Amino acid sequence: MTPWLTILAVVPLLGSVIVVLLPKSRPVLAKQLALAISLVTLVLTVLMALQFNGASSDPFQFVESYPWIPAFGISYSVGVDGIGLVLIALAATLVPIVVIAGWRDVDATSGGSVKGYFALILALESMMIWVFAATDVFMFYVFFEVMLIPVYFMIGRYGGPQRSYAAVKFLLYSLLGGLFMLAAMIGLYVVSAQMTGQGTFDYLTLVGLEMDPTTERILFLGFFLAFAIKAPLWPFHTWLPDAASAAKPGTAVLLIGVLDKVGTFGMIRYCLPIFPAASEFYAPVVIGMALVGIFYGAYVALNQNDMKRLFAYSSMSHFGFIALGIFVFTTVAQSGSMVYMVAHGLSTAALFLTAGFLMQRANGSSLIFDFGGVNKAAPVLAGFFMFAALSSLALPGLVSFVGEFMVLLGTFQRYLFVGGVATLGIVITAAYVLRLYQKTMTGPLAVKLVGMPDLGAREVIALMPVVVLTLVLGLFPAPILNVINPAVDRVMTTIAAKDPGPTVSSEGSGR
Amino acid sequence: MSTLAAVSVDVPFTLPIVDYNAIAPLLILLGAGVISVLVEALLPRGSRRFIQLFIVFGALVASLVWIFTITGIRVVTAEGAIAIDGPALVMQGSILVLAILGALLMAERSVDPSGDVFAARASALPGSEDEKQFTARGYLQTEVWPLFLFAVSGMVLFVSANDLLLMFVSLEVMSLPLYLLAGMARRRRLLSQEAALKYFLLGAFSSAFFIYGVALVYGYAASTQLPQIASVLTAKPGQTSLALIGMALILVGLLFKVAAVPFHQWTPDVYQGAPTAVTGFMAATVKIAAFGALMRVLYVAFGGMRWDWVPMMWIIAGLTMLVGSVIAISQSDIKRMLAYSSIAQAGFILVGVIAASPAGLAGALFYLIAYGFTTIGAFAVISIVRDESGEATNLSKWAGLGRKSPLVGGVFALFMLGLAGIPLTSGFIGKFSVFAAALASGDTWLVIVAVVASLIAAFFYVRVIVVMFFTEPGPQTASVVVPSVFTTIALAAGATVTLVLGILPQPVLELVSNAGLFIR
Repeated sequence: MTPWLTILAVVPLLGSVIVVLLPKSRPVLAKQLALAISLVTLVLTVLMALQFNGASSDPFQFVESYPWIPAFGISYSVGVDGIGLVLIALAATLVPIVVIAGWRDVDATSGGSVKGYFALILALESMMIWVFAATDVFMFYVFFEVMLIPVYFMIGRYGGPQRSYAAVKFLLYSLLGGLFMLAAMIGLYVVSAQMTGQGTFDYLTLVGLEMDPTTERILFLGFFLAFAIKAPLWPFHTWLPDAASAAKPGTAVLLIGVLDKVGTFGMIRYCLPIFPAASEFYAPVVIGMALVGIFYGAYVALNQNDMKRLFAYSSMSHFGFIALGIFVFTTVAQSGSMVYMVAHGLSTAALFLTAGFLMQRANGSSLIFDFGGVNKAAPVLAGFFMFAALSSLALPGLVSFVGEFMVLLGTFQRYLFVGGVATLGIVITAAYVLRLYQKTMTGPLAVKLVGMPDLGAREVIALMPVVVLTLVLGLFPAPILNVINPAVDRVMTTIAAKDPGPTVSSEGSGR
Repeated sequence: MSTLAAVSVDVPFTLPIVDYNAIAPLLILLGAGVISVLVEALLPRGSRRFIQLFIVFGALVASLVWIFTITGIRVVTAEGAIAIDGPALVMQGSILVLAILGALLMAERSVDPSGDVFAARASALPGSEDEKQFTARGYLQTEVWPLFLFAVSGMVLFVSANDLLLMFVSLEVMSLPLYLLAGMARRRRLLSQEAALKYFLLGAFSSAFFIYGVALVYGYAASTQLPQIASVLTAKPGQTSLALIGMALILVGLLFKVAAVPFHQWTPDVYQGAPTAVTGFMAATVKIAAFGALMRVLYVAFGGMRWDWVPMMWIIAGLTMLVGSVIAISQSDIKRMLAYSSIAQAGFILVGVIAASPAGLAGALFYLIAYGFTTIGAFAVISIVRDESGEATNLSKWAGLGRKSPLVGGVFALFMLGLAGIPLTSGFIGKFSVFAAALASGDTWLVIVAVVASLIAAFFYVRVIVVMFFTEPGPQTASVVVPSVFTTIALAAGATVTLVLGILPQPVLELVSNAGLFIR
């Protein structure tokens, strides 16, 4: 059997090493090589995805497992279910896009070395694949933490004026969560040793563990804190706006589009199945946090003058939806959350990259009032921006609508009130997104922008795949849903949650 | 005359039984130390260096090889004074390997334009005419080598001492040469001498505590042998106040050596003032030796009083982690920062010690090994980052270093990440091992304190990376001197072990867990 996942992760890692070893005088070669490697990875991902059997009853496919540190029951184990597969595909898709879009982001004048930036992107891709593929909790943790290092350097070395502060804040905040997760993970190991006689980190073994309720709740908190910081949920979000506004657009896409998904992925992959009772116990709290996040993020976004910060707060609001979908425990909502994760990755990419192209044309300013009337000078750019904005507010026909609709539908099934409140969040989202478009794209052309060029071929090429995917998956979401649904069903079975029956049956079904 | 004869008839002299095979590693080192003194005394200056290096590396390697041949030995020998058991052999072996790296750093002669890193004549007053003369003549000393060998001998004995008196002797054999070595820096003589004096005075003070504690414990148990003390404790479970006070005083002496709060005051000054090569050697090896002795005393002699020492050690471990991490944040000198870091790390190791379980012992051993290699590598980097006044230890001079010299900056960043305990470095597996042991022993709160301290510590480790990589190099930025093969080997070994023990720690984990427990 081909070790697909290992190959997938190793290719970019090797690529990153090769890119680093290139001579400093060949920056273009470094970029070309990075692009080639990321495309190879994408092709490999597609080839693997085609062999994925959606109807299989195995919890994981493409499974590999070798002992790694037997002394602690740790193994190198990888495998994917539908959720993991979709997220790996998202990462593999976004990396080449980011490489193309960031082609001119880093040059000799911007301080850092060119090859370094692209090597870091590739290294990050490799870690993202491993983190989504790991089926050993220890291995997941290792990559969950190590992933921070490339991002830390990408922000700290290549970011804007506040980069050093933002990078340190990002790292320390993430480490805070990570260290509590470490303690909880070790606790889980100790519990498994006490209950099975042999400590293990094997995911499937840990899922079946019947823990003492108090222990379970404490351990849940350790894991959840790490994921809530990573995602981030309100009130653990304060690192995100700083990191997003200091980072290069490409870095921000990978950070918010993929990396933050590890948080929500962790909730559905680790928190729910391993700590089912605790998840149920804490669900009201998490739902509350999610609701506050939806509104708080949207409200702050409404009042932001900095585009990058606006996107960060908007993402926070969307993460509220994703977490909500996970913790209402209905199949539709959880599937919706998974779709939403992909959709949010795509819309984040569209938003940040278009905005990045725009900002480049205004000497790097990201302040909304520096712009205006862009649709007159650069209609193509404005068009893509419109698309990105609509994708962010979940226009029907786009994939984000599928996700958001499913989350809300699933929420209504269980909590009518929560669903109703969350729906109001959509209104604010529409308000800030349209306000942003109006202020930057319409009206008289800003003085600074006179003579700005429209998008070039490279920039259009970078954005097109995102647009196409957003549209295609929005109109025809079956490919994603087909692989996600079995995985979500399995989670629902593990946590022994049943979908509530139709509550409006008395008259609603009478048509 | 006649009385003397009568005594010797009444008490026939019996030869102590000594397993020479088991203590041969120690004897090799001591013998080499004596020869090294003779070389220093008898041979002409010019020919000493080569011969000394030959003796030092020869003895270290021979001793190490001997340890590999006796890995299966578990024996109490020399009339119960020395215990050669699994943990002792592991610690002796790691002390020797780290001593080899330390010796490589001390043998370096290419980084300082005036020759080596040691004073032309340590006894000359700083700033005196004498000193200027000696420096101008370009004298290079080799007197560090006999001192070095005796220090290593002391450590090797310290971790296997099964008798409090022998433990005291080996403590002094280890410490006295270190006091001298700390005062031998070529540059910043006053700082170096201050370090030596401070180390000596506080060290002597702590030794006094130790020996007073030994006396009190002897008063209680009528023996200084650790297993004897343990059996008296089980035989007389009440009336332990004398033993308790004695144990506390002994622990003061040992905790001083591991640099645990509140006995840590010497550490920053000594780490900063001592020649960097010596600091690296000392930071890595003394930690192992002192923890070895500490664990042996706690487990073998006072294992029965676990519930008396655990609360005290709890407080000390918590304080050590927090104080070390917090104060390190405000340091602007990189050697002082690493000194406080070493204090914080001692606290993490204490977490494993407190677990008082086989897993805790194995975790602490692993942590000590991992920490030793990372630390010695970090000091190796510090020794080659220089400006015209010598080593550039002020953090402001490291600004942009990672951009100026990416390789050295990258390696130092690796060491910082290792000390911070980021996964895929040895420091992470070390932290993992001791935390796991502590949780299994039920010390949940201590682990939470440790987690918080790890986060605080991560801040200052990461700050070094920020300074090196995220700031632009300026005119004040120090340069990296290209060292000779000696430092390069030490540096490469430190970096390799930091990575390998992070990615593939299984062999070493097996080694420390197969070492088993201290024998009684």
